[in-house]
Amino acid sequence: MRAKKLNRGVALVGAGMSRFGAFPADTTRDLFVQAFREMRASVDKGLDPRGIEAIYIGNYSSDLFEGQGHTAPLMADWIGLASRPATRVEDACASSGVALRQGILAIASGLYDMVLVGGIEKMTNLPTERVTDTLATAGDVLYEIPAGFTFPGFYAAIATAYMARYGASPESFMKVGLKNHENGALNPKAQFGATIRTMMDRRIASAKAKGRPMPTWEDEMAFLHDDNANPVIAWPMRLFDCSPISDGAAAALLVAEDLADSFSDVPIHIIGSGQASDCALHDRPDLTTIASARLAGEQAYQMAGVRPADIKIAEVHDCFTIAEIVATEDLGFFAPGEGWKAAEEGVTGRGGRRPINSSGGLKSKGHPVGASGIGQVVEIWHQMRGEAGERQLPNSVDLALTHNVGGTGQTCAVHIYERRR
Amino acid sequence: MELTRHWRLHNQRYSLVGEQCDRCGARLFPPRDVCPECAEPAQELFTFSGRGQVYSYSTVYSAPEGYQEYAPYSVALVQLEEGPMVTAQLTDLGDDKPEIGMPVEMVTRRLRADGDQGVIVYGYKFRKHVKDII
Repeated sequence: MRAKKLNRGVALVGAGMSRFGAFPADTTRDLFVQAFREMRASVDKGLDPRGIEAIYIGNYSSDLFEGQGHTAPLMADWIGLASRPATRVEDACASSGVALRQGILAIASGLYDMVLVGGIEKMTNLPTERVTDTLATAGDVLYEIPAGFTFPGFYAAIATAYMARYGASPESFMKVGLKNHENGALNPKAQFGATIRTMMDRRIASAKAKGRPMPTWEDEMAFLHDDNANPVIAWPMRLFDCSPISDGAAAALLVAEDLADSFSDVPIHIIGSGQASDCALHDRPDLTTIASARLAGEQAYQMAGVRPADIKIAEVHDCFTIAEIVATEDLGFFAPGEGWKAAEEGVTGRGGRRPINSSGGLKSKGHPVGASGIGQVVEIWHQMRGEAGERQLPNSVDLALTHNVGGTGQTCAVHIYERRR
Repeated sequence: MELTRHWRLHNQRYSLVGEQCDRCGARLFPPRDVCPECAEPAQELFTFSGRGQVYSYSTVYSAPEGYQEYAPYSVALVQLEEGPMVTAQLTDLGDDKPEIGMPVEMVTRRLRADGDQGVIVYGYKFRKHVKDII
């Protein structure tokens, strides 16, 4: 098969997001407007929004979460662009990673010069059981869900298979959560802007204030092993192995590469894009890897002409802690079976050789599912331009990657970004 | 889920009826009329033995609506002896813990409690192979 390439280059010249979290007073429209405003302010040389020619919005299930379908034209209207072709993209939790790709393809085709891509999700209107049911529709509702499987259950089955093959343990997964909460504590947009240690201290203070028995955790790992503080959701996945239920929106502006300098002092070039699909979990020959992620990654690396070792930072889809470990292997950062060791040894921390999820990842930043893919792009935008504040990586980030998974890997979109100045 | 959809799935749910590909011989479950191996039509019915082994599993503590009365319960990907893998709940485990490689066999059980639409859904679950219990 011939190497795939874009017919013309595409650059990212603006990115922004709402805070991720639980916002009872805000609808998706409000959140999207917040994201759009921040994106607009991030365009170095200013943006006249009327130049936006088309809009692609990732959104998993506003229908079930909010009782509102047909969300893309609504978002266009709420930012004053009601007449622009606005298309909703649905690929479960990969919806906005795929919306990004649609925007790239639309510019590369030559049809448009400026495209807005975004993601939205408003999940906290529903009680947890109904959120679980809604997320479950991203699985196979005829052959997976009737067994009583949940999304934590699917990833738990991946974790069980991974532990049996490679010798990882639940502690390996806990280390991922600890690291992502460390990062998220430095991210003002994160749902959990606190380390595990801070959350422990808060609980201890609360117990003290209320005259309740004082918890006796020796350290963070003891806290994470406590069945009351960190209950098992689907063994071996505990509460702190799972990303939260979140509201949020994110937006990014794409332009044809030759226009980038008229918008941005430091444009970010999108040099690789890959996307692949896969069957339900039970039809896969191997649960310790996500084949669609491997394929999408290979496509993106090939298009970009770079190798995994060249990538300075990556935002990967850690909907569950095991998913981050598998992702780092699927993307070629570590050999199969080595990802859990890297997580335990701190290689993936901000000070490590291979920083992963400097934003806090979905685990700590939050996972408003349809917005998560563009949420990753926002972190890459800040890190590559040196605007990530307290969590800015020490080394120059000139090459970065995002990895956005839908379901248990029925969809995956991978993108590679380059800063040239 | 609608009553008609449950009725349509009756053969698969109660009897583990799948399909076989005329061309490459692959056995399919769930049946889908097109072979995932060679993309040719595969419509010849094939009834699976219902025997297999646990490929991977989890124990669900936080259960969705309709399943809470069973929690905690174990769910598994069961590799059937004819090849395909099915997603199913494990049942009748007693004090046994599920294990990768555990031999299991299909039984018919109630899958979920009476939901909003008053439909009680029956279908396959898997229990430890009975030979090992006796």
